[in-house]
Amino acid sequence: MSIIEVNHLTKYYGKSRGIVDVSFNVEEGEIFGFIGPNGAGKSTTIRLFLSLIYPTKGEAKIFGKDCIKFGPELRQEIGYLPSEVFYYEGMKVLDLLKYSASFYKKDCTQRLHELAELMELDLKRRISDLSYGNKKKVGIVQGLLHSPKLIVLDEPTAGLDPLMQHKFFDLVREENKRGATVFFSSHILGEVQRLCNRVAIIKEGKVIDIQDMKTLQKDNYKKIRVSADGLGEKRFQVEGVTDLQQENGTLSFFFKGDINVITKLVGAAKIADLTIEDLTLEEIFMHYYE
Amino acid sequence: MNIYLHEFKAGLRPALIWSASIAALLFVYMSISSSFSQNAAMLSEMLSNFPEELLIAFGMNNMDLASVLGFFGLMFLFCQICLAIQAANYGFGLVSIEENEFTADFLLAKPVSRPRIMTSKLLAALTGLTITNAVVWIGSFVTLAVFRSGEAYELEPLLILLASILPFQLVFLSIGMFISLMVKRVRNVVPFSMGLVFGVYILNVFGDMIGEKSLEVISPFQHFDPNYILAHSAYPSLAWISVAAIVISLAGSYILYARRNIASAV
Repeated sequence: MSIIEVNHLTKYYGKSRGIVDVSFNVEEGEIFGFIGPNGAGKSTTIRLFLSLIYPTKGEAKIFGKDCIKFGPELRQEIGYLPSEVFYYEGMKVLDLLKYSASFYKKDCTQRLHELAELMELDLKRRISDLSYGNKKKVGIVQGLLHSPKLIVLDEPTAGLDPLMQHKFFDLVREENKRGATVFFSSHILGEVQRLCNRVAIIKEGKVIDIQDMKTLQKDNYKKIRVSADGLGEKRFQVEGVTDLQQENGTLSFFFKGDINVITKLVGAAKIADLTIEDLTLEEIFMHYYE
Repeated sequence: MNIYLHEFKAGLRPALIWSASIAALLFVYMSISSSFSQNAAMLSEMLSNFPEELLIAFGMNNMDLASVLGFFGLMFLFCQICLAIQAANYGFGLVSIEENEFTADFLLAKPVSRPRIMTSKLLAALTGLTITNAVVWIGSFVTLAVFRSGEAYELEPLLILLASILPFQLVFLSIGMFISLMVKRVRNVVPFSMGLVFGVYILNVFGDMIGEKSLEVISPFQHFDPNYILAHSAYPSLAWISVAAIVISLAGSYILYARRNIASAV
């Protein structure tokens, strides 16, 4: 069963565009990446899932049920971490988390303390005294304390230091192993690459591609760099080679096709150095946005 | 229940401050009144020299300064202004504050429906108003007992007047909430509530001055005119307009809130 089904979802804010005719499915157990630059419509899509806003057209179903009609019921099993976190400034962290836990049917006390310890969150402090990174930690704990079946993360790592990011990713993976499906929105490609199985790429309100992470990286281009004496650009002007550049005796290019073609070409020369790499998501991504 | 408790805790201190201030106002005014009532005849003569419009503006026309309740009626008008501002503050802020401070994202992402959120918040606001109400009731009896200087007063009109506080505040609460949901954003509650309260107060005064009934019809200050209530031991029939306004505003608020798009922080 698809955990999230999005059908022709469209949202306009007055005349300005939110998202246009977005359709995709997220399957059970996936970590689904949702990537795009600021203003592409990532948050709009997520806010529609949580019925914080209402669609202009189309629908989104979560666990097979319409996310507006069954909103309160569905949200029992959704954990949401917004991109910007704001909590009641006067409250203490523990009180806020208890308030958060009080909305769920199950007892979350133990998980609350586990998570707080894991994220090194001081429960006695007041929300207003917390740094942005610490507020984000509060966000993580309140989003996960009820062990939800669907975790929706909207640019979750902003404000977290690298160590905490690492912990957070481990936590997300753990939750995923437990059986939670994860919807992960980000504009940082590295983290999507590290975490996700599939990724949807959104641009100016439209989903322009949905790809398996492996396919996206492997079946596509290779980045090749060769250093050798007397190696001319002309030699590599074969089918599948793009972006050919020469600098200080080093040739670099992207290649898509049978790799043997390249090894033959390279093998004929006396080479000093050779690297063949997968394209980073970044490079693939730039390709989409050019 | 959890939302109610949360809102109640957050709103308790402001409610107590409002209550204490209004009680203090009562006390100060009534202490002045006791010195006035001894010279009622002289005061009436002095007032008759003032322009009629000025007396209307402060609700000092057709009042009976000689009796302690007459003075209480005048003073109650000033109380009403405070009560109205308090209620309007509650109304304008009820759902808009969470949107402004972006905590709405937290609350609305929880497994709870919007009508339930609104009901819980309304009940918490009503609790705050009830606290104030209780304080004004007690304060009224205490100040009357202290400052009536042995003069007797009728109980019935006073009870009817005090009973008007709740519906009177509800009008401002519900209209404030309704307006806050009709506009895109309430950045600051106070200008809105001040605007509403003084707007309808001035409407009432103007209507009275120029004898234009239609202006008074829409002002809750006219619907719950203390001088009328004390004189007749009954509410003006116009009070029904306030009741209708409450019902319409509440229903409209529920409808608008259920459809509202919550603005995001970025």
